Amino acid sequence: MTINRKQAPESKGVDNINLLRPAHQKLENGCNIFCFNSGDQELVRIEWIFANQRFNTEKPLLNVAVNTMLTEGTGKLTAAQIADKVDFYGAFLQVDYGYDHSHVTLFSLNKHLQHTLPVIKDILTDSIFPENELETYIRNQQQKLQVSLQKNDILARRAFNRALYGDTLYGLAADTDMYKTLHRNDMLVHFKQMYQPSNCTIIIAGKIEPEILDLISNTFDKDWANSDQKSDATQPEIKPAAEHFYFTEKPDALQSAIRMGLPVINRTHPDFPALQVLNTVLGGYFGSRLMANIREDKGYTYGIGSGISSLKHAGAMFIATEVGADVCKAAVTEIEKEISLLKSELIPEDELSLVRNYMMGSLLGSLENVFSHADKFKNLYFAGLDYDYYDRYVDAVKTVTAIRLKELANEYLNFDKFYKVIVGKY
Amino acid sequence: MVKFNRFTLDNGLRVIVHEDNTTPMAVLNILYDVGARDENPEQTGFAHLFEHLMFGGSVNIPSYDEPLQRVGGENNAFTSNDITNYYITLPSVNIETAFWLESDRMLSLAFSKKSLEVQRNVVIEEFKQRYLNQPYGDVWLKLRPMVYKKHPYQWATIGKEIKHIEDAKIEDVKAFFKKHYNPQNAIMVVGGDIKTEAVKELAEKWFGPIPAGEKYHRNLPQEPEQHEERRETVTAKVPLNDVYIAFQMGDRLDESYYVAELLSDILSRGNSSRLYRGLVKEKQIFSEVHAYMTGSLDTGMFVFEGKPLENISIETAEAAIWDELEKIKTIDIPVDELTKVQNKTESTMIFSEMSLLDKAMNLAQFELLGDADLLNRETEKYLEVTSAKIKALANKLFRKDNSSTLIYLAEKAV
Repeated sequence: MTINRKQAPESKGVDNINLLRPAHQKLENGCNIFCFNSGDQELVRIEWIFANQRFNTEKPLLNVAVNTMLTEGTGKLTAAQIADKVDFYGAFLQVDYGYDHSHVTLFSLNKHLQHTLPVIKDILTDSIFPENELETYIRNQQQKLQVSLQKNDILARRAFNRALYGDTLYGLAADTDMYKTLHRNDMLVHFKQMYQPSNCTIIIAGKIEPEILDLISNTFDKDWANSDQKSDATQPEIKPAAEHFYFTEKPDALQSAIRMGLPVINRTHPDFPALQVLNTVLGGYFGSRLMANIREDKGYTYGIGSGISSLKHAGAMFIATEVGADVCKAAVTEIEKEISLLKSELIPEDELSLVRNYMMGSLLGSLENVFSHADKFKNLYFAGLDYDYYDRYVDAVKTVTAIRLKELANEYLNFDKFYKVIVGKY
Repeated sequence: MVKFNRFTLDNGLRVIVHEDNTTPMAVLNILYDVGARDENPEQTGFAHLFEHLMFGGSVNIPSYDEPLQRVGGENNAFTSNDITNYYITLPSVNIETAFWLESDRMLSLAFSKKSLEVQRNVVIEEFKQRYLNQPYGDVWLKLRPMVYKKHPYQWATIGKEIKHIEDAKIEDVKAFFKKHYNPQNAIMVVGGDIKTEAVKELAEKWFGPIPAGEKYHRNLPQEPEQHEERRETVTAKVPLNDVYIAFQMGDRLDESYYVAELLSDILSRGNSSRLYRGLVKEKQIFSEVHAYMTGSLDTGMFVFEGKPLENISIETAEAAIWDELEKIKTIDIPVDELTKVQNKTESTMIFSEMSLLDKAMNLAQFELLGDADLLNRETEKYLEVTSAKIKALANKLFRKDNSSTLIYLAEKAV
């Protein structure tokens, strides 16, 4: 059999995306539970998600410190006992702090859930932030921060967020002194305000037999009452900085970190899906214009990309890379060139159809297992959107025109309004 | 349990199929049995540079990435000291595109000079970004040559020095391809929403006509057992001191491998582990301290790494690690502690079955070890480990004269 290796095999587009939708129940204490029941493995991932409390400039680290220290002791269990119980039953317990929400996540085999759930219950209702553990936390965080502050990409991200978001949770750039503002009493109050059922969403994904669901809802309903402290998840107004250029010189740098971008719309805006198409063309995949030009043609960098971050109270488009220190200026010029090209010329149909297919395949591929379906739901739910968002997303990916993308580039990517951060040499 | 079917083409290409109809996607993973250990000592970093060149177009297809992205696919690759692994994920309806692309670059590359020039620069930037322009980034460049005196594990996959990458010539690239990139030296795993019969047809169609090539017979200098204590101290512009202690350990097929895994779990896995609890929480010696093993196919490394708190001397920090090692060498491990790490291993295995790509990569790597079905016997092997075996292994490994200690000192007043 002779085959024509120059000819690509026939291919098909991805037509529709089937998203699993959750079953919902609201407990009497106000906590919402969403369940994604699917999969062959006898396991679950359970997330308890809490809205962060209002940013306080006097006590900027409260949200993150309270979240991180949830595993460090309760009225009944020491940090060591919590770790022992979780590890003994082969479970994984994570606390994750995000810009808008803080998470407690348990990965557990179903057969051990009766032993692992009570630990979470204890953590969420009775964390005490022991003084000695707080000291250890502060000291270790201060040490780790010193290492982070030697990394140019991290410095660039901090300066960028600071410029865009100012004195808010989003703009926070902790220094070692800031840890001195942490006090146990404040943490206890913050814990009571934030970690209560009315401020909690539970998302379960995995193989959820009825008895598993009963176990979970019983554990987190009857004996879990709201506290007398009121949760306040509003946030101060964001005031972007007037200064748009930030350069930190590092005389010994072999590479410079570049981060640039500007505030844009977030997921709730009707233009958002189409703007994601534009972002993908620019720097959202391996074959993107930034990669093709700055890595694959010029060899200035190991990697460059762009992205849109969608937060509850903000959105931003950004470009990030680390480039050879001697070619930093040249790289910035090329980035600027690629952006103005999007504003002045139509994206060729051939390139656009590739990006459409790539994005559809990528959406399909992002639904690897039941956990990924739950993750898609979180994107919607916490932005106040419904599943029709993904219909609009698919529609935009498949049909947005080159003309419309050029309009969007002109509307949203004003290079004069870009914030530019360089750490290294320039 | 990861089920699979297996067959071999006439040209020697081994093919494994894992049917998983819970996903609309498919994965095509190709492992080439070549890594940094197969490099010429004067041309290190070559296997990894070559991995980059595999994306620079093949004999019949000028661009690798573009047609794949056009059918909704994504791909990536990595190089280790032992292997080079390439993978594609794409909607299963377009699986043939993956066969077309992968078979053409196994047949022959385009060997474009422009691609070599650009990828040399990209890899040099990668060298800087990951190894030189990061605090502690060069630690492996220093530690490997201490542990390995004969074996090519003495260099990292990125290479010994940037100059080796700068000097790469197109003739070297061609010779490397001929030697290592042929059906006999590869294992392909196709997984996801596909049927074995269809994979057979596609494999015959696209890979069947590729000449078998020459079989590469590996004959590497093996590392002699270590019988002297090794130590180096370096000073660098880093904010904190850092201590590394590396021990030689058995190879991947040695029966002690599973014992070593659980030994490292007891010492360092999770917040209930001995190092974290003893040295971070109780004695407050380190801000962070870890133990891990490299899992190399030949003689491996069992490594300890810790950043002492600022008021703690290097001597105290080192002694504290050795205290923990003495404990595990002399005192029996409580039953509950062994059960704990075995339980953790069991649940890790089950959770890893949630990822199609992980399953495909694992099957390929176990097939390289001799039998893909070893993947399904892992849990059993961990359950066979006893407390006595762990103690015995700790005594065998954790000897001063089997240690290489690298002290990384912070240069003060930067």
